[in-house]
Amino acid sequence: MADPLLRLEDLRKHYGGLAVTDGVTLEVRPGEIHAVIGPNGAGKTTLIHEVSGLVAPDAGRILLAGRDITRLSAPARVRAGLARTFQITSVVPGFTALENVALAVQARTGSSFRFFRPAAAEPATNAAAMAALAEIGLADRAAIPAGALSHGEKRALELAIALATRPRLLLLDEPLAGAGPEETERLIALLARLRPAYTILLVEHDMQAVFALADRVSVLVYGRVIATGTVGEIRGNPEVRAAYLGEEEA
Amino acid sequence: MREAWAPLAVLAAFAAAPLIGYSGAYETTLMARAMILGMAAVALAFLVGGAGLVSLGHAACLGVGAYAVAILDAHGVTEAAVVLPAAIGAAALFALATGAVAIRTSGVHFIMITLAFGQMAFFTASSLAAYGGDDGYTLYGRTEVAGTRLLEDRLAFHYLCLAALTLTWASCAMLLASRFGRVLRAARENAQRVEAVGLAPYPFRLIAYAIAGAVGGLAGFLLANATEFVSPATLSWQRSGELLFMVILGGAGRLWGGILGALVFVMLETWLAQQTPHWKLVFGPMLVLAVLFLRGGLAGLVARRG
Amino acid sequence: MTAQLLLVQALNGLQLGILLFLVAAGLTLVFGVMDFINLAHGVQYMLGAYLGAAFAAATGSFWWGLALALPAALAAGLVLEVLVFRHLYARDHLSQVLATFGVILFLNEGVKVVWGAAPLQVPIPPLLDGGIEISPGLQYPIYRVAVLGAGLATAALLWWLVERTRAGMLVRAGATNAPMVAALGVDITRLFTLVFAFGAMLAGFAGVLAGPIFSVEPGMGDHVLILAFVVIVIGGIGSIRGAFLAALLVGLIDTLGKSLMPNLMRLFLDPSSARQAGAALASMLVYVAMAAILAFRPAGLFPVRTG
Repeated sequence: MADPLLRLEDLRKHYGGLAVTDGVTLEVRPGEIHAVIGPNGAGKTTLIHEVSGLVAPDAGRILLAGRDITRLSAPARVRAGLARTFQITSVVPGFTALENVALAVQARTGSSFRFFRPAAAEPATNAAAMAALAEIGLADRAAIPAGALSHGEKRALELAIALATRPRLLLLDEPLAGAGPEETERLIALLARLRPAYTILLVEHDMQAVFALADRVSVLVYGRVIATGTVGEIRGNPEVRAAYLGEEEA
Repeated sequence: MREAWAPLAVLAAFAAAPLIGYSGAYETTLMARAMILGMAAVALAFLVGGAGLVSLGHAACLGVGAYAVAILDAHGVTEAAVVLPAAIGAAALFALATGAVAIRTSGVHFIMITLAFGQMAFFTASSLAAYGGDDGYTLYGRTEVAGTRLLEDRLAFHYLCLAALTLTWASCAMLLASRFGRVLRAARENAQRVEAVGLAPYPFRLIAYAIAGAVGGLAGFLLANATEFVSPATLSWQRSGELLFMVILGGAGRLWGGILGALVFVMLETWLAQQTPHWKLVFGPMLVLAVLFLRGGLAGLVARRG
Repeated sequence: MTAQLLLVQALNGLQLGILLFLVAAGLTLVFGVMDFINLAHGVQYMLGAYLGAAFAAATGSFWWGLALALPAALAAGLVLEVLVFRHLYARDHLSQVLATFGVILFLNEGVKVVWGAAPLQVPIPPLLDGGIEISPGLQYPIYRVAVLGAGLATAALLWWLVERTRAGMLVRAGATNAPMVAALGVDITRLFTLVFAFGAMLAGFAGVLAGPIFSVEPGMGDHVLILAFVVIVIGGIGSIRGAFLAALLVGLIDTLGKSLMPNLMRLFLDPSSARQAGAALASMLVYVAMAAILAFRPAGLFPVRTG
């Protein structure tokens, strides 16, 4: 078995008396889509924040391809190959879709401390940005200000930006939140195409998406992983059923 | 760029003015003031509209530049080759030092901290009794250029200020369009997104702040030479507020708003002061009304028509 | 610098601090709950001083001056709120800064027109005139002790209001996360007005108290305002406790610094240079302290915001 691309070791985080992350140990294998599911309040988004660097854990380690990134700042983790999308879509509304992606390309290619030449006139950057937009299906919306895009288009744009940083690991925080049925289908198809080139850690509520996409699933309840396994294993797990799936029609 | 006909017209007017009769001492001083404050306002518009850094301490950078001229003058150093870099350098250093602390914060914090540092500079200047203290310092003469009294020639000084203003506008525009500027502009709207592509906003903002400070220092150098007098009032927070007013009057979204805003402000201030000694009674409410109703500033009005 | 002189300066510092607290308390709540940067808070303080002086002169009694000035200052604050501030709550900070700056210009000039540019004299009330012996052979003005007492009493009242009443709880919640409080169905406009009015009254009260000690003149609120800003930044926006501690700290640093610095400089320089350098350094001291604290705690000593 290949070494895990991401390894979380006994991660802990508490706010006051409440343990939001209570000793999470998790592994994500290269090329897989690993979903994290769990009831509301389980601490899924906090976990993503800890991995991406927005929240500092109180204890535990985060290892990316064997390298300890626990102390790295969020931008440094991105440069190390970790990209994420946000539960509430986070783009630069005043920039066009193209310029949003170009920002990511610029960050990856050469120094941003360049003061003289216009950034919008870089052929290589623009080409790479257009290619990323095309991959996501937003090529015809390239010149539209991101703030004017539809909700689904913004989500796709965020994905394009994340991909433009050429990450080794993608963290997706509820990519399907707020998406209608058509959009959900599109996004699921999109995400499915990303495997095996990209490794994905996916937090999601939508069970249809999880069962369609995930290679493995970890179930988070009250800040703790109670089970990890394939979709079939998780569905059949009585503990998971009781804690989570048992409350809905699986 | 089509929208920029208004500031371009203003610059052209400044260029033509002395040639069509406006070359007396009074007019050229007034125009110099408008151009110098315009420079400072463009740099502030770069900070506010470009980087999203609302600084209430920008006047301090002008003051540091002006006092550099005064202090060197008091010690007999009047050669531009020394005084000019000293003024720009001192102001940039001041901006760098205060910015290093201020830029770690944002929003309301940032505004208050820049105000506080501006006050610090003000009080420091007031307590420098050797250089006039509260009463201010009168220069022995304008800065010499390679030993000549070039700057005392009204026309030469006028076109120097115009050149500095044009250069400032062009440079700030170039900076905003560059890779550096793209990160600044993105961070203004969504700092989280910038971090999420692997860049930390802090160093970019600090550099922008230092650059604006350096421009302030240049403006301060010119201001000291224009009036041949330097006082702590140059560093007062009221001056910082006036600079911000020029930016919003011109429209914070566009760099050249600072040029329009400065011109209108100087004209307004001069005209009002001639009507009544209590002109601030009128100016204050005008400021309030401008903020409440003139969204997008003059630049917004101009752009809609042009 | 004898121990006795040090004691006097320390007491003066505490008294300045308590006045700063009264001004800063309202300001920090307005920032915290309403995210509204109000430069014109300093004129509330100035108006309190002018109204206190005017009513005291008209009635011949400091106490009547105080009693009349407080509601008058409150009324003035509410007029400003309705005319100007209310329209700025939803605007960006730059607009708020500039509009409130306009208010300052107007009112600073306004008091000059009404009362003249020369400072007004406010006599200390006979009841509080004279000194008390705080240490053998050392007299300290009773009035200043009274100011200290009044300030501490107000601070205690404020603490009780904020920590122990329902309204106070809403204010604290609003300072932590205003949109959340609004979403919970609290009438946020009434809360805003309540917070604003109370803050204005506190500042006006501080102004009346300051009348006999500091000179009542146009622009007197500006320096106090900026010190209040420093207090809030150090203490943490939205935190009353932070404002209290920071205010005392700033008062002490400023007062002790001004008296000790020149003497300190005498160790290195000749008397006249020492005086100059001392004065220059003393004026920077508060801001250097602010910078130092911010270097370690960018959100202040007792940050409150989570929203």
